Amino acid sequence: MTRKLILWLPFGLLMGLFAAFWLGLERPSDHIIASRMVGQPLPEFAAEAAIPSLPGLATADFRDGKPRLLNVFASWCVPCVQEIPMLLRLQQAGVEIDGIAVHDNSADLSRFLTENGNPYDRIGLDQDGKAQIALGSAGVPETFVIDGQGKVIYQHIGVVTEADMADLRKMLASRR
Amino acid sequence: MKRAALFIAALILAPLAASPIAAQDYAEVSLPDPEQESQALALMDSIRCVVCQGQPISGSNADLAGDMRRLVREHIAAGESPEQVRAFLVGKYGDWVSFKPVVRSETLPLWLVPLLALLGGGWLVANRIRVRKA
Repeated sequence: MTRKLILWLPFGLLMGLFAAFWLGLERPSDHIIASRMVGQPLPEFAAEAAIPSLPGLATADFRDGKPRLLNVFASWCVPCVQEIPMLLRLQQAGVEIDGIAVHDNSADLSRFLTENGNPYDRIGLDQDGKAQIALGSAGVPETFVIDGQGKVIYQHIGVVTEADMADLRKMLASRR
Repeated sequence: MKRAALFIAALILAPLAASPIAAQDYAEVSLPDPEQESQALALMDSIRCVVCQGQPISGSNADLAGDMRRLVREHIAAGESPEQVRAFLVGKYGDWVSFKPVVRSETLPLWLVPLLALLGGGWLVANRIRVRKA
């Protein structure tokens, strides 16, 4: 009896594998790729000023003792528009927000900021994705919390909504 | 007439004169050293595009994939080995970004299962043979 069962085992395993593959095809996984830079010092990068009226952005700017947000965005990114009101509210509450504009240009950015409002203190232009890759960011929008010593302490992937405000505020307050 | 000829000559020569000066965008342009280029291409085939995740960066049109191809070529041109570049990207995005599985305690089952299956199969076959002999 046991021997018979054992002989069926490979068939059973094969069926199990088949089912697993089938399910994998039905629901293709869309991984959220979290940055490995969380918990680490902000990597070295320097991004030139994206628009004439605001300064650019470099790693050294983040070591002034003040925690702040680093928002990876782009003027061509539709969901980025959606989170601007949230960022403006944080700005009104005294949070400093710096932006990295990915694959963007000055004219489009200026229009974007005029239409939607400007929550940013500095915007660095990241034309070749170097700053984005250095941060381990896989898309736009993403929002990082950087503590006053220049360490990445939190990453929010996707649009900042009402529901995310508490977490962001908590992380910002944690290392004052 | 002379002027027209000069104009045509300038038209033909202008791109030739400009090309070495213009910066090469290594997202789409091969490295001059064929050895390095083949290393870079092999690495690009095994790095996952983080935007369109089923594709390697070598076959993806996403902007970020282009950025990663440029980064791969630049690092390799600077003398890094492909595995150093892979380690750099894994350090940013985690193991998921590499199509090449690594041996580590969490990934050990991945490597052990084929071995165990082979041993199990061998045991089954051995058993079967012994039964026939008896």
